[in-house]
Amino acid sequence: MFEKVLLKNADKPESHRIKTYLKGGGYEALKKVLKGYQPDQVIQIVKDSNLRGRGGAGFPTGLKWGFVPKDPTVPKYLCCNADEGEPGTFKDRQIIEKDPHQLIEGMAIAAYAIGANKAFIYIRGEFAFGARRLEEAIAEAYEKGFLGRDILGSGFDLDITVHRGAGAYICGEETALIESLEGDRGQPRFKPPFPAVKGLYNSPTVVNNVETLSCVPHIILKGADWFRGIGPEKSPGPKLFCLSGHVKRPGVYELPMGISLRDLVEEYGGGTRSGRKVKAVIPGGVSAPMLPESRIDVDMDFDSLAQAGTMLGSGGVIVMDESTCIVKVAKRIIEFFHHESCGKCTPCREGLDWIDKIMKRLEGGNGRKGDVELLEDLCNNIFGKTFCPLGDGAVMALRGAINHFRDEFEYHIEKRTCMVA
Amino acid sequence: MKDLREKIREISKRYPDMRSAIMPALYLAQEKYGYLTREAMEEVAEILGIPPVAVYEVATFYTMYNKEPVGKYHIQVCTNVSCMLLGAETLVDHLRKRLGIDVGETTKDGLFTLSTVECLGSCGTAPVMQINDTYYEDLTKEKVDEIIKTLKEEAS
Ligand SMILES: Cc1cc2nc3c(=O)[nH]c(=O)nc-3n(C[C@H](O)[C@H](O)[C@H](O)COP(=O)(O)O)c2cc1C
Ligand code: SF4
Ligand code: FES
Repeated sequence: MFEKVLLKNADKPESHRIKTYLKGGGYEALKKVLKGYQPDQVIQIVKDSNLRGRGGAGFPTGLKWGFVPKDPTVPKYLCCNADEGEPGTFKDRQIIEKDPHQLIEGMAIAAYAIGANKAFIYIRGEFAFGARRLEEAIAEAYEKGFLGRDILGSGFDLDITVHRGAGAYICGEETALIESLEGDRGQPRFKPPFPAVKGLYNSPTVVNNVETLSCVPHIILKGADWFRGIGPEKSPGPKLFCLSGHVKRPGVYELPMGISLRDLVEEYGGGTRSGRKVKAVIPGGVSAPMLPESRIDVDMDFDSLAQAGTMLGSGGVIVMDESTCIVKVAKRIIEFFHHESCGKCTPCREGLDWIDKIMKRLEGGNGRKGDVELLEDLCNNIFGKTFCPLGDGAVMALRGAINHFRDEFEYHIEKRTCMVA
Repeated sequence: MKDLREKIREISKRYPDMRSAIMPALYLAQEKYGYLTREAMEEVAEILGIPPVAVYEVATFYTMYNKEPVGKYHIQVCTNVSCMLLGAETLVDHLRKRLGIDVGETTKDGLFTLSTVECLGSCGTAPVMQINDTYYEDLTKEKVDEIIKTLKEEAS
């Protein structure tokens, strides 16, 4: 049986208190690092672990940290991405609410490794409770000397500030997050330069997801080999999967990377609550193309899902049973992206506006002959031409639905009604 | 009680740059005035020592800053995919009937504003709504009725 790592404290009473965290061996990794490792050694350990970012893109964490210039005279920043806005995703919230010290310890180690003395947690505005939890935990950590000046007598200083977003999905994108933190509208910046070189206040900045940073203390304590040994070597580690939709037992499941999607849905999720057959599954938040039931024998890791034409993304698994109208789901996903488009570039702003209109008429029974082809054309005109990956996400999701369920789209147009209704 | 100026000054110390304090400052102003009037935004700009236009830009970009008055209880029902699959639309219809208002409207007594929102990051306990800062999860029509009743009592 797989022993929980990231959620090992989550079911304990008062799991969010520093007392509980310390009893379970909390802050031992930070002590170990500050006593015995140079920043470069920490980066090497994280590189060796093959930890990849849990925020969606799966970028190697140690490599990202290594891009930060070593010049001690420039300030550097660490930003924890707690924006958790990808529909279908609710894992970071678990860590924030149930075990905030795990994240704070991970941040302290990461900040030490990249030479940052100031860190931010950018948390989505709706998580007011989570933000309070973090503030309380941070205060506890200061009191015990795990944050602040001269941490544990090491000479290393770190301050953490919680910054609440205000309801914009795009602020989860790292450069938009930085803009937002600087007090601007959350619109993405051009890359390169990448944040690791020029980010917050034009200084080198690392942006990492909550779950990514929470893996770090465990890697330090148990070693890179241990971490790399969990799941596939190139995409290893414990992973939080979020099960939602028509599944019988929804929730956050911590399992090794690489578990089969079918097992996740059927064994852990218990299949559908209605007992109907599974029709399709979105494996990694709504940006990830859906898979029809016939294709869910796939491993849940970055590389296997990419090979299957979709992505692990944020690990948000949405299960749809046979009563689901795929056209309606696709329409709702497009509505979301249309609403969240930041308006900075034309293909996304205008293109999604068009697609949204067509999807609305199609779903409403007023589709026209050729609409599916029109949608595909529009997708081609957006994909790869947008300023940031939001536009691509919308297109990938819609293409996934059309590719696997084209007949349902055609049916809507021809019969002016839904195939499953 | 600390006034807005003091609170904003204090919070801005957490940032290397005053401008970064716009978002928390807007939250504080919204808390004080209920919503962000033009005057409130100008006040924030003045306190932070930045041009008012910088503050308007931010306030209008983000959906959680209310540029119009909202009811004492702002009901925000998630209608994104996971919630939709489990009946979010029915809940919205139920609330519309129950409150006698449409989405985007406020009840005459000023108690409730009804909105639909994107994913609240709570899809495992769908369908979900947020009222002010509080999440209500695993909703049913009956639960919604209960919640509305309790809030009405609380308000009277
Ligand atoms: C539109 C969009 C939304 C995103 N939302 C999030 C988010 O809510 N949380 C997150 O951690 N990463 C999000 N990302 C990914 C970030 O840009 C970035 O890759 C990530 O925070 C890096 O951290 P990691 O390497 O630890 O995954 C988003 C990306 C895009 C393009
Ligand atoms: S792709 Fe969309 S969200 Fe991204 S920059 Fe362009 S308009 Fe903004
Ligand atoms: S879809 Fe409703 S909370 Fe995520």
